[in-house]
Amino acid sequence: MEITEIQERVSKILAENLSVPEEKVTPEARFQEDLDADSLDLVEAVLALEEEFGVSIPEEEMEGVRTVGQAAQLVASKLEPSTQA
Amino acid sequence: MSDRRASVALVTGASRAIGRATALALARSGLAVAVGYRSDPEGAEEVAAKASADGGRALPISIDVTEEKSIEGAFTRIESELGTVRVLVNNAGLSKDGLAVRYPTEAWDATVNTNLRGAFLCSRRALRGMLKARWGRIVNIASAAALRGNSGQSAYSASKAGLVGMTRSMAREVAIRGITVNAVCPGFVESKITAVAGDELRQRYIEMTPAGRFGTPEEIAGVIAFLAGPEASYVTGAILSVDGGLTA
Repeated sequence: MEITEIQERVSKILAENLSVPEEKVTPEARFQEDLDADSLDLVEAVLALEEEFGVSIPEEEMEGVRTVGQAAQLVASKLEPSTQA
Repeated sequence: MSDRRASVALVTGASRAIGRATALALARSGLAVAVGYRSDPEGAEEVAAKASADGGRALPISIDVTEEKSIEGAFTRIESELGTVRVLVNNAGLSKDGLAVRYPTEAWDATVNTNLRGAFLCSRRALRGMLKARWGRIVNIASAAALRGNSGQSAYSASKAGLVGMTRSMAREVAIRGITVNAVCPGFVESKITAVAGDELRQRYIEMTPAGRFGTPEEIAGVIAFLAGPEASYVTGAILSVDGGLTA
């Protein structure tokens, strides 16, 4: 899967989960400051991403994630092994 | 308000005593009930059969709350056969009494693993579906021993007091999503365990209880069913004693 496609799907899911317009969910958008997401919103968003992509994202790895783009990168890194297989 | 006819409840440790009475009460209130059991499939079958005979829907489910795999398997099966769990009653528990000075480490671990860690693991799994549904009820079965000390029950009291603390914190986390988390603290209740206690001990327990008698499992189940229902939508983080005045 291309990173742009992953980014698009991630943005769509985040927009749905955080109840914000999709155009606001750019790769640069910061969860807290730009999207008004609190910790519970984020946890729910991660659960939704895990379900959508069939990946497992450990809580520790979410700690450094501040932007939508970083979240998409993290999802992409989890997908790599299966796309190679 | 949610459509309760479509709602599913899981009661752990439901093959006897308070768990059994709770499963039956929830089934009567219209919920499809997963009757969780670890070591007593016949007991769980009997509870499910009785719930069905009363016009309810119930399914015996093997679940060992100390094993994450077992919990995942049970939830997956419940989701495919009944639907998403919207009411979770963390009732599975064990009690092994003994004075602290000689209390075995293994007994401590088993007590805390089942009573506290097990309730956490089941709640964590159930919250996924509840958050999505924007509705949920978690009822933790603690004990009067969480609120007052009992000689010989360091491990049991600690596990149940832990459950009370967990209830309060979790309630705060998810209240905004329409999910309530409460704890019930039963006093002395008629059960297999209290039945084998000697007459002298029974008499002492009765004397300690202002109501002057043991409670019945049904008297505890009624309160649990209330907390699990739509009428209790504004009750969360509550620690409710149901003990005939024991801790009053």
